Amino acid sequence: MSGKAKLHYFNGRGRMETIRWLLAAAGVEFEECFLETKDDLKKLRKEGSLLFQQLPMVEIDGMKMVQTRAILNYIAMKYNLYGKDLKERALIDMYVEGIIDLNELLMVYVFQPADKKEQHFANMVDKATNRYFPVYEKVLKDHGQDFLVGNQFSRADVQLLETLLMAEECKPDILAKFPLLQSFKARISNIPTIKKFLQPGSQRKPPTDEKDVPKVMNIFY
Amino acid sequence: MAGKPKLYYFDGRGKMESVRWLLAAAGVEFEEEFLETREQYEKLLQGGSLLFQQVPMVEIDGMKMVQTRAILNYIAGKYNLYGKDLKERALIDMYVGGTDDLMGFILMFPFLSAEDKEKQRAVIVQKATSRYFPAYEKILKDHGQDFLVGNNFSWADVHLLEAILMVEEKKSDVLSGFPQLQAFKARISNIPTIKKFLEPGSQRKPVPDDKYVETVRRVLCMYYDVKAN
Repeated sequence: MSGKAKLHYFNGRGRMETIRWLLAAAGVEFEECFLETKDDLKKLRKEGSLLFQQLPMVEIDGMKMVQTRAILNYIAMKYNLYGKDLKERALIDMYVEGIIDLNELLMVYVFQPADKKEQHFANMVDKATNRYFPVYEKVLKDHGQDFLVGNQFSRADVQLLETLLMAEECKPDILAKFPLLQSFKARISNIPTIKKFLQPGSQRKPPTDEKDVPKVMNIFY
Repeated sequence: MAGKPKLYYFDGRGKMESVRWLLAAAGVEFEEEFLETREQYEKLLQGGSLLFQQVPMVEIDGMKMVQTRAILNYIAGKYNLYGKDLKERALIDMYVGGTDDLMGFILMFPFLSAEDKEKQRAVIVQKATSRYFPAYEKILKDHGQDFLVGNNFSWADVHLLEAILMVEEKKSDVLSGFPQLQAFKARISNIPTIKKFLEPGSQRKPVPDDKYVETVRRVLCMYYDVKAN
């Protein structure tokens, strides 16, 4: 038994991607067990590995952790990416929850039925550019520091970078009006662990393609 | 200035109810400002009080906190309801995630059409009895302790009690197959701060009604049809 964290999910981004990012940012090696069919999910359920019958599930430090937030909180705390005190954690949590809300919109886009796609896309872009990006642009502008919270690298920076890149995949010029987010993106991408994760051959997953949607739906529904 | 936390939300449950429960459980007095009109909401927006233009918002310890999860994490951390170490926190976060998902099925219920309400009621009961309640029943059975985590009262216990009572409002005998949860419910309800919160006249909010739905729609200009998740 290797002792490394082991991720159970399908071979794609979904809700596991943020966990991959955080582990990678922390410089933590991990293994992955990819589900291919509904039977794979049923097997995990049957053996009692999934507390609420759902994925993601991460085997880490003797626990079979479920619930994305619980997993992210644990990793962030363990690897000192969660601020230095309660107040910094509060800021990180606020920023991260906003990012999660935006991420959710981006993540479900590919799963929208054809007649809803255009409206969803417009909503995504509107929320990104009018609700979320301005907040993070202002946070960076107001304190003028390299990182979002406490002048120190934290999960908030990792999760924001992940989401900025996902947003750009949807609309390449989406950061046009946000100069500080552009320099943030460059800066955080250059952190050695992150840089490594962004290179080809890493465990980062590509965007879910439309043709993969039926397969994913079949595993989970 | 009172120094008490101040909650900004509608006069109803919604996403703020879990915050009320947790503050009450911790024995923390709080004030509330209820959003009744669009103008009030726009004033909050223009004043820059709502980081992502949304409520809940809680003024606490000099911060204007938004994002329900962030608020709950802070309160739990501050009032020692978040376990004694990283591993206990992990368990609490997992359990709270489950009860959050379960209550999520109930959150939009008041906004559904009459027909969708009946369907959703069945979904809520099915998820509760086949996915969530069995998990918590087993946890309590396996360790035989009074509380979910670390033999100590925590946020997880408060959140589970809240969820149980909410599901019971949709089907009163929903706990019939779950003896551990029945005992848990009685036990946690008897904790002095919780008992007080469960009494009439507390800041606990009643089951949302049409007036609540109307207020939310009016304040948020949320006039589209809401579908079940």
